[in-house]
Amino acid sequence: MITAQRSLSGSSQSPRSPSSQPYLSVSVTDPVKLGNGVQAYISYRVITKTNFPEYQGPEKIVIRRYNDFVWLRDRLFEKYKGIFIPPLPEKSAVEKFRFSAEFIEMRRQALDVFVNRIAAHNDLQQSEDLRTFLQADEETMERLRSQETGIFKKKPADFMQILKDVQSKVSDVVLGKEKPVEESNPEYEKLKHYVFELENHLTEAQKHAYRLVKRHKELGQSLSDFGKAVKLLGACEGQALGKAFSELGAKSETLSVKLQKEAHQLLMNFEEPLKDYVRAVQSIKATIGERANAFRQQCELAETMKLKEINLDKLMLTRSDRVGEAEHEYRELKAESEEATRRFETIVRLMNEEIVRFQEQKTQDMGIAFHEFAKGQARLANSIADAWRSLLPKLEACSST
Amino acid sequence: MMGSENQGFEEAHLFASREEMENLVLDEPLSNHSSNNNNHQNNNSYSSYRSATSSLSDTTHHPLSPPILATPADSDPLLSPPLYRNPNASDNNSYIEPPSYADVIFSPFDENSVNEINGLESTSQNPESSLTLSRSPSSSSDYIKITVSNPKKEQETTNSIVPGGNAYYTYLITTRTNIPEFGGSEFSVRRRFKDVVTLSDRLAESYRGFFIPPRPDKNVVESQVMQKQEFVEQRRVALEKYLRRLAEHPVIRLSDELKVFLKVEGRLPLATSTDVASRMLDGAVKLPKQLFGESTAVVAPHEVVQPAKGGMDLLRLFKELKQSVANDWGGSKPPVVEEDKVFMEKKEWIHDLEQQLSNASQQAEALVKAQQDMGETMGELGLAFIKLTKFENEEGRFNSQKVRAADMKCLATAAVKASRFYRELNAQTVKHLDTLHEYLGLMLAVHSAFSDRSSALLTVQTLLSELSTLHSKAEKLEAASSKIFGGDKSRIRKIEELRESIRVTENAKNAAISEYERIKENNKFELERFDKERRTDLFNMLKGFVVNQVGYAEKISNVWAKVAEETSGYANDSS
Repeated sequence: MITAQRSLSGSSQSPRSPSSQPYLSVSVTDPVKLGNGVQAYISYRVITKTNFPEYQGPEKIVIRRYNDFVWLRDRLFEKYKGIFIPPLPEKSAVEKFRFSAEFIEMRRQALDVFVNRIAAHNDLQQSEDLRTFLQADEETMERLRSQETGIFKKKPADFMQILKDVQSKVSDVVLGKEKPVEESNPEYEKLKHYVFELENHLTEAQKHAYRLVKRHKELGQSLSDFGKAVKLLGACEGQALGKAFSELGAKSETLSVKLQKEAHQLLMNFEEPLKDYVRAVQSIKATIGERANAFRQQCELAETMKLKEINLDKLMLTRSDRVGEAEHEYRELKAESEEATRRFETIVRLMNEEIVRFQEQKTQDMGIAFHEFAKGQARLANSIADAWRSLLPKLEACSST
Repeated sequence: MMGSENQGFEEAHLFASREEMENLVLDEPLSNHSSNNNNHQNNNSYSSYRSATSSLSDTTHHPLSPPILATPADSDPLLSPPLYRNPNASDNNSYIEPPSYADVIFSPFDENSVNEINGLESTSQNPESSLTLSRSPSSSSDYIKITVSNPKKEQETTNSIVPGGNAYYTYLITTRTNIPEFGGSEFSVRRRFKDVVTLSDRLAESYRGFFIPPRPDKNVVESQVMQKQEFVEQRRVALEKYLRRLAEHPVIRLSDELKVFLKVEGRLPLATSTDVASRMLDGAVKLPKQLFGESTAVVAPHEVVQPAKGGMDLLRLFKELKQSVANDWGGSKPPVVEEDKVFMEKKEWIHDLEQQLSNASQQAEALVKAQQDMGETMGELGLAFIKLTKFENEEGRFNSQKVRAADMKCLATAAVKASRFYRELNAQTVKHLDTLHEYLGLMLAVHSAFSDRSSALLTVQTLLSELSTLHSKAEKLEAASSKIFGGDKSRIRKIEELRESIRVTENAKNAAISEYERIKENNKFELERFDKERRTDLFNMLKGFVVNQVGYAEKISNVWAKVAEETSGYANDSS
């Protein structure tokens, strides 16, 4: 399956293998602005190419918008607890950038990566919601999308609560609150610690990467301004020296363009992958929260079941006529408890698999990002060296006058 | 502007042979020698672009700055000393002819003088001189080398009531020269800033029409606001620059004023610039006498060679003001006008040049800042990844994490190296582009010289007017007295007096005209010198800037090419 870390042009990825091998590949393309004023939004063409039997045909094209992707993510998060759901790009906070070319392109790329990661995941690719997302007509999609907003709106609050629980067990004890039930798994503790620390480190790295993009733009701008000023100075000086100045100014302006280009490359191929990494870690945190929930549920049910068992024994001793009822309740509870345990254990198992996959994936993603970064910097530096070097013979000619 | 030491005229030979290039690498690069710590600090104070320099000197807590990194660099494998600093390295010859500029590390312009400040004798050849055009091929063997050092706080020993007294700083000024007129080869004196002001004022009076380098500002506000240490250092640097520029000027270097300033120990034997009030007072005392004709109501010839306001001769001031108003608003043309069309054109051109210099200087400053920021952010990025590397190594459980940690380390090391290069590049860029700033400063001197000319012309015009007035007065009196037979004793006396005035004024006029002509000559001489030197200096600036950019761009490219290669495995996996 294709990792699709950087699908630059959004062109559909053709399968590498003959149709006998199962494949599912998606591309998110053609962002188009629809609607007016405050209601305006971007829609994307989502092209699916597959030979999965569950799908309607070899190729399907639908129109989707950002909120549809959000719906898909939320559904997957609900259904596939324990799996690190691929992260979505953020909703843009700043209004004025919502429709800037750069932002739209970055978002399109991130959405493409999102869907393809789902398509590449052995479990997630089987999802019915995914099929719906990739095939349903727009009206159906809109209906589904608006249905879900009510139920899942509280998610952010939930999420925050979960995080608070995970992080504040000490304060709870201090405050005398009932201690929230926590796993006492040292390995898992280490993992949690790792995840939280990792987010901090990555956020910092991403911040600097973003600043570096800005620096490239600024240096480009200043080279352009410098070039213009030098040209004017050259015009004033005249003669050979003046000509030299003009050439310098022209080169400076050329380099300015190169710097702007590199800034864009840096943004797409280095800063964005880092941001994506941060988002991925945040997704893991969400899964950690789900695991904590599942653990708590399992514990609560186990407790309740024990109580019910004791009660049942009591009733049996006293030969109460409520024994039958109590037995029934107990059996139900037992089933629930076992279910809860199963759910929890599934999450644990899945997480263990996911973490391995995650680490490998990230090493791959980062490796590519670093490679692109280094290539870009080397290319830029070479351009700069070449441009300035080409001036030297001209300066030499100047000096002999 | 730049070093006056010349080893004779040498052709700017850009494509020097490899050995020549390697011989030019004189000093250990900044980062490898702890003894260069001071150099690094002092280099900072050279630049007039404070934003760049203040962060360059901000080496105390920035872990990336080379001199301080001595200890961590040893222990931290990530920051091992850069390997590229081998001038004999033959790798990366990206350009077959000439050799790669990456191998040439240019030491800063005034490296030698930096050493001198620290008391180190520098006998090394200035690398710039063999690559750059030198300016005065004729005076190739004589030199004046001035150093300003050792600021000391001293107390004013005047009879002040306040026990603390006024404190001021003195600076040790050391001169080394082989010019015979100085009568000595090495001498030192202590001077304070007030002395420098005096020197500057006296030079302005004696050398009208010359482009006299402007003296450092008094910086009254800054002296209150800045840290004393920083201010004193800033002033020391400025003084040194100023004195060196004076020493470079072919005429002023031989002036008595400068000689005396540099050589005579103790109190500076130059007339101090008396304060305005007392001069006004002098002028006011003279005025009534002049108005009532008790003394010669004319300008004495020897005074004529001074500008009017310098001597504070109020009457003369009034007359010249009247004349200038007549010139500007009066119907008739003044008797003598600036006729030199060439000069007028030149003046306009200078004005244009000044604007362009100012603009370019501003943009240069912005460029320097942008380069500085780039280096800083690159370094911070590197640091962030170093932290990540450590983190993944410490808490990693999987092999994939170890691999990632290694990749990050590779990137981080490169980023830190690149950051260092950017900062070094910038330190050099600052020095090169400083030329723009310096020529902008010189514009003041040019304006001054031109205004010397105009004021001298005004004096001539005024005297000519006065002469014609006196002549017509005399004619009238003679015509009137000739009608009276035997003459009128008082009238005859008056005519005699007038004739005397005419004679004196005639002399004054001649003196004024000579002065004006002299100043015109000085202007011409200076303009020619200015043209030549400016072209040379700007050319050197361009070349220095370009070579510098090429060299560091190559270095930076190499650093990243290595990383690209080491991560090339990932490239094969994607498309």
